[in-house]
Amino acid sequence: MLDNIPQIPVAKWIDLGVDKITDWFSFIFDPVQEGFGWLLDTSAEYLSMVPPIIIIILIALIAFFLSGKKFGLAAFSIVGLIFIHNQELWEQLMYTFTLVFYASLISVIVGIPFGILMSKSNIAQNIITPVLDFMQTMPAFVYLIPAVAFFGIGMVPGVFASFVFATPPVVRFTNLGIRQVSDELVEASDAFGTTGSQKLFKVELPMAKTTIMAGVNQTVMLSLSMVVIASMIGAPGLGRDVLSALQRAEAGTGFVAGFGIVILAIIIDRFTQSLNKGK
Amino acid sequence: MPIKVENLSKIFGKRTKEATKLLDEGYSKEEVLDKTGCTVGVNRATFEVEEGEVFVIMGLSGSGKSTLVRLLNRLIEPTEGSVEIDGQNLATMNKEDLREIRRTKMSMVFQRFALFPFRSVRENAEFGLEIQGMDKEERSKKAEEALELVGLGGYVEQLPSQLSGGMQQRVGLARALANDPEVLLMDEAFSALDPLIRKDMQDELLDLQEKMQKTIVFITHDLDEALRIGDRIALMKDGSIVQIGSPEEILTNPANDYVEKFVEDVDRSKVLTAEHIMKRPETVDYDKHGPRVALERMREQGLSSIFVTDRSRNLKGYVTADEARQAREDGVQKLSEIMKTEVPSVDKETQINEIFNIIHDSPVPVAVTEDGKLRGIIVRGAVIAALADGNEVDADDA
Repeated sequence: MLDNIPQIPVAKWIDLGVDKITDWFSFIFDPVQEGFGWLLDTSAEYLSMVPPIIIIILIALIAFFLSGKKFGLAAFSIVGLIFIHNQELWEQLMYTFTLVFYASLISVIVGIPFGILMSKSNIAQNIITPVLDFMQTMPAFVYLIPAVAFFGIGMVPGVFASFVFATPPVVRFTNLGIRQVSDELVEASDAFGTTGSQKLFKVELPMAKTTIMAGVNQTVMLSLSMVVIASMIGAPGLGRDVLSALQRAEAGTGFVAGFGIVILAIIIDRFTQSLNKGK
Repeated sequence: MPIKVENLSKIFGKRTKEATKLLDEGYSKEEVLDKTGCTVGVNRATFEVEEGEVFVIMGLSGSGKSTLVRLLNRLIEPTEGSVEIDGQNLATMNKEDLREIRRTKMSMVFQRFALFPFRSVRENAEFGLEIQGMDKEERSKKAEEALELVGLGGYVEQLPSQLSGGMQQRVGLARALANDPEVLLMDEAFSALDPLIRKDMQDELLDLQEKMQKTIVFITHDLDEALRIGDRIALMKDGSIVQIGSPEEILTNPANDYVEKFVEDVDRSKVLTAEHIMKRPETVDYDKHGPRVALERMREQGLSSIFVTDRSRNLKGYVTADEARQAREDGVQKLSEIMKTEVPSVDKETQINEIFNIIHDSPVPVAVTEDGKLRGIIVRGAVIAALADGNEVDADDA
């Protein structure tokens, strides 16, 4: 009996939808692809032009002060970055970093307001939560397809796919952080006659800061994991080396590029975490 | 009349209209819950708070007192009734007006302090002023004045977490006072503090109140606290106010069994005796000392009279400062010549309510004796304090 139901052409509809969206919004997508692509490329190029030793020293200094004047993270950063340079992956590292930086920046800039909206309205929460679930559970590769349709190949579709995949944590954590602010503090704020935005900026966001920063950390880590996948649509960086090693079954080069990603991940993770600890 | 509350109700639930109707028909809180599923938080409260008065709302947990105080500044939306402040009805006014009232006319102090942990003590105290948009210099000056007032002048840069509970609540108080509100709402403000600190804070609040003359609505579940600080007390049960009156009226004239049960344990005049409230006496020796010594001792201790005993502390009489001074000028050597022998005295087992009558007419403190020997003295203030005070009694009874 189930065979009698004709197949619903969902795939066709989606294809059609993607085509239409590509057509209709090309006036947005094209300039974005060009302008943003230019920004990404130039950023990465300028970054690659800086002598590596200056970047290494700078990172080590920041690590030293961020971790409360301890040497551990600084030492790790120096050794790790020198290793990457030694393996002739420095330029790829700069590209990967640029990609991760812009992707997470966009995720955070878009994600936090949505988190705030969710925390203020149960209706918004009920609508946004399943969307976030969808975004996170859909295999990340799938996003690459429309990304290419919208933005061609290169860094821009990579950032787009990463944005879709990595934004949910910062939205969820912002929502959670604000909802967790104790009732008494909210009452105190109200009792002194705060407007909605005063309450948000003077009480709720400062109180939720730690939680939100945990979400930012998660988002950054997820966008880093997207860079390998994004290399499949031509995004440059360490991911491309991993991909080509995979295609040629070269375990050695694959692992070396993989190490580079791990080192970058650890440095970024510790940096964002110690930002969170604050003073 | 700063605050006038009329028929103020709060019903939690969906079928509030029905519930209100049932309440009007005289159904009880439980019956309303049964029939409509609505919880009655506050049931048609009506009262007025005078200017400069400390109005205590007291009741056990679940009696609706915390809901009632939140209805006064509309942290909780009232279901029915009115709250008038300076002739404006808070219950119906729009958001902007309400915000203005909260900013300028009423401040609140919270049970668990509700300080902002990421702000320094000064920034906490500044909060209300900052919200009003006052510039930084002015608000920090006002905040520091308020902190000075509550004795925290030296802690402005600390974070709340670096302070003890009592000090944190002082910050809460300073934050509320910095706005210079007409009305101060204090929701179990001292309940989270340990008993000794709590007593200090009560005393301090009374001292402050003497200077500031704010209108204070104070919520508590502690009758001793209510008696200590309240000019008038409203007793709540099941969301309704069962009695409003001065501490004396509540104690001597309980409106119903519930109030009576409440105050039963508190009628301290029945259990307290002279021994509990007497102080160590200052004396001079009948045989050894003359007017000069008596005068010197009174001057040292800041007394206007002193008791005279013999060597085995048998009470002989008392000497007043005026007479001792006169005697010194006249060259009188013996105390016996200027001593008054009619001393108001009580046995150490005498109950406080009896002492009250004696001390009322007496020009000097009352002597406490045991078999004719002087054991202590009682000053007028001690009797009054003991009638309202719980902690000392608990300590002595134990």
